[in-house]
This record gives sequence, C-alpha cells and structure tokens, in this order.
Amino acid sequence: MMRPMNANRALRIALPVVVLTLVVLAWDLTVRGFGIPPYVLPGPGLVAATLVNDAPLLGQSLLVTLSVAVQAFLLAAVGGVVLAVAFNQWRLVEHAFYPYAVILQVTPVVAVAPLLLIYLPQPLAVLACAWIVAFFPVLANTTLGLNSVDHNLIALFDLYKASRWQVLWNLKLPAALPQMLAGLRIAGGLALIGAVVAEIAAGSAGAGSGLAYRIAESGYRLNIPRMFAALLLLSVAGVAIYFVLAGASHLALRRWHDSAVRRER
Amino acid sequence: MTTALSIVNSPLVSLRNVGKTFDSGTVALAGLNLDIREGEFVSLLGPSGCGKSTALRIVAGLGTATEGSVAWAGGAAGDIGFVFQEPTLMPWADVAANVRLPLKLAHADPAAADQAVAQALARVALSDFAHSYPRELSGGMEMRVSIARALVTEPQLLLLDEPFAALDEITRFRLNNDLLAVWQELRRTVVFVTHSVFESVYLSQRIVVMTPRPGRVFTEIAIDAPFPRDERFRTSAGYAGYCRTVSDALGAAMAGAAA
Repeated sequence: MMRPMNANRALRIALPVVVLTLVVLAWDLTVRGFGIPPYVLPGPGLVAATLVNDAPLLGQSLLVTLSVAVQAFLLAAVGGVVLAVAFNQWRLVEHAFYPYAVILQVTPVVAVAPLLLIYLPQPLAVLACAWIVAFFPVLANTTLGLNSVDHNLIALFDLYKASRWQVLWNLKLPAALPQMLAGLRIAGGLALIGAVVAEIAAGSAGAGSGLAYRIAESGYRLNIPRMFAALLLLSVAGVAIYFVLAGASHLALRRWHDSAVRRER
Repeated sequence: MTTALSIVNSPLVSLRNVGKTFDSGTVALAGLNLDIREGEFVSLLGPSGCGKSTALRIVAGLGTATEGSVAWAGGAAGDIGFVFQEPTLMPWADVAANVRLPLKLAHADPAAADQAVAQALARVALSDFAHSYPRELSGGMEMRVSIARALVTEPQLLLLDEPFAALDEITRFRLNNDLLAVWQELRRTVVFVTHSVFESVYLSQRIVVMTPRPGRVFTEIAIDAPFPRDERFRTSAGYAGYCRTVSDALGAAMAGAAA
C-alpha cells in the first residue's frame, strides 16, 4: 500500500516524464506529418542520433565549457565570500568598493565581453566574463546574511568579550550560511550562462572551443540537428550544476535550517 | 530548610543616579538608584517600556548610561550570565555546543568545559538532549538551554530579562521552580526583570517597583516568605497578601506618573 507521501513523490517524478513524452511525441508527429526538412526543424530521433554520432566532438566541447563554468564558479565563490567578509569587517572598504561591484553587475556582460577579448587572452577573457556574472549574487547574498545576524546573539558575544574574529567565525559566518548557499546556487547557473555568452562573443575556432561555439558554428553551417544536440547538452549541464549545488546546500543545512528540514505533520 | 538570606549583605553592584537618553531623544531612565546585593534574588517590576530592560543591559555592560554611575564591589565588573526574552540560541549548533559557547569564547580547557557543560545541562534536566538541535526542542526547553548557557561559567551575577514571558503558564511555573532550585544551590546573585506581579512575588526576596518612563525606583518591597518555595506557597494566603501589596504599589507607581 502506498502512503500519501510516497504517492505524492511518485507523481512529482511521473508527471514531468509524461509531459516530456507528450512533447517529444507531438514534436515527432509534427515533423513527420508536415514533412519539415531537418535544416528547418529536425525530429527528436535525428537530434538523438546526432548526439550519439557527434559525441566525441560535443563531449570535448562540453568539457571545455563546464571547466570554464566550474573555475568561474569557484573563483566567484571565494571572491564573493571574501569580499563580503571584507565589506562586513571594514565599513570603509564597503563604501569604497560596493558601488563598483554593482556597476560590474548591472553592465550587460555581452557588452563587456568584446572589450575583455581585446585585452586578455581568449581563455582568460571567457573566464573573466563568467566570473563577473557569477560573483555578484554570492557577494550580495553573503553580505545580506552577515548583516542580518540576531542582535541578541551579537550582544551575547559582546557580553563574553568575544574578539572580532570569534564573532565572525563562530557567529556571523554560520548565521550567513543559508543566504551564502542561496547565492552560490544562483552563481552556479550564472557561471554557465556567463561562459556561454563569452564563448559566443569570442567566436573563435580551434581545439579550445566550447559548446556555445559549437552552437554558433553549427548555425552558420545550417547543421540544425547539431545545434539542438549541443543545446540539449548545455541544458543538462545547467541542471546538473543546479542539482549538485542544491544537494550540497541541503546537506549543509539539513539539521537546523527551516529551508532544509522536513516537517512532519 | 533554608530561609531567606538576610538582606543586609553588601551591594555587589550599585547604580547611582543612572540616566539613559537614546539618540532618538527617548528618555528611558532618569535618576535610577539601585543596589544589587550579594547573593540576593531581586526582581525589577514595572510596566512595559519603563526602562527595566534598559537598566538590566546597563548592568550587563551591553548598554551605557548617559548619566550617573554603575559601580561594582571590588572595582572591576564580575562574570555575568544573561538570559534574554527569547532563548537566543545558535540554530546551527546543538544544545551542548550552545551551552559551551561562553567557555569556548574564553578559550577554556576542553576537558573542564566538557564537565561544566554536562553539569549545567544536568541542572536544567536536559542531559538527554545534549545533541539535539534548538529547533527540535519546545519553547520551555529552549529557555532551559538558555539558562544552562548563562550558568555554565558559574557567574557572580545572573541577569534575566523577562525570560518566561512567552511561555505557557504550566511551563512558566515549572521554570520558576527550576530557577529557584538553581539559585538555592548556587547562591549567586540574581536580577530578574518581569512585568508579572505574581511571578515577582513567587521568586523574589525583594521587588523593586519602577515607575513608567522615564524609569526610576518607585518603591521596594521585601518578600519575607521562606525558601524553598513551592506550589503550596503559590496558593497560600501569604502569597496573595504580597501580591496585593505589590499590585497596589505598581498601581500607585502608574497613577503617580499619570497625575
């Protein structure tokens, strides 16, 4: 017998699968029924076949893009947290640099990328773009977390004459962890987007070409099935990044934070 | 059977002519004179907003008086334990780690700290919950953890700021008794801020009734009933008499301000 909890869980997995099946079916029927040529809209079967046939090429590109995204994410995580802590510890640093962090964030990265490509070697420029996009949510969320510590707990640490670093390490950082992790989750997705945008702006060929370049290149060559295949891989990569970070966040918070603790009713 | 400590003990902390004006211009305290005597259980009783919490924070060194002086016997401020209105626990740390915090911040010897934490948890009957997280506890248990944390350093002075105000009556009565038992055992000085006449009479040797804002001492009432007190005291005629006296004093303090 199925408990309601399990039935609900099963539905949450089954329903998206049903929707996917219906969409793919409709897609296939449309392509076949109207005799749409593959250079306009390839059927799902052809996309799958391309995925298999082009696997070595696309796989290598996927690795390139993922590696940029992961590096950008790690740099964004470290940079965002370190800068947020610096802002929190020294108000003058915050006053001096926060406006520029905001400017960096609000300036569209597509517009910045060509400039970076002039001044930096291409791999570095791509990494820089991805980093710019990914780092701000880490900074903003961690700053928010560090600044919203329970004031009575701060009073308690004062009472016991805690040093600045004791307050930071034992109180502010753990208290900011949920917001920090939320920022990191956003940054993971943005790092991939930043990498893709920069690759498209870079648009150069060669061994170091990522998935975004494959998409642009396939577009020029009217190799639409490969465009779909590359796009599919990018989506899968994005979803994988999201789940890894969401899982890590859940593990870190599961004992104590409302967002991660399952309530029994 | 222990009886009330005589209240001729020398003052541990003396507040002289203490005033507090906030940046907003609100005058919370004006001309507050108060002696906290070694080993006594004293309550500050007054209406909400009368500055009693402000006075407590000034004694703890968490706020500064804008006028007057706070003097400790022996010069330097002693060890203080503080219990807030909310449990104020670190949600990411388990019960033992929360209670251990004051020792950790003071870089205490780990083995000695383990022992002190175990003892403090035993005092509030939470030994079985050392590895629970605050969110897994009831409100009353969270408050007991908060009290254990305040006791773990065996402070000279224990300050409690309306700690039981948010609890249901049954839990509050139980915690009243637990607190009295701890006080009887440790014989430390306790200052208890409350707006409840009944709670202050049940717990205290001495009640300091404060005026509405700006707060100062309206009158002091000694509660000479013997310790240990229990639920029978709570329903006794003596208790009811004290409650009436204190209630009348509080009424007069309020009326005096209105006039």
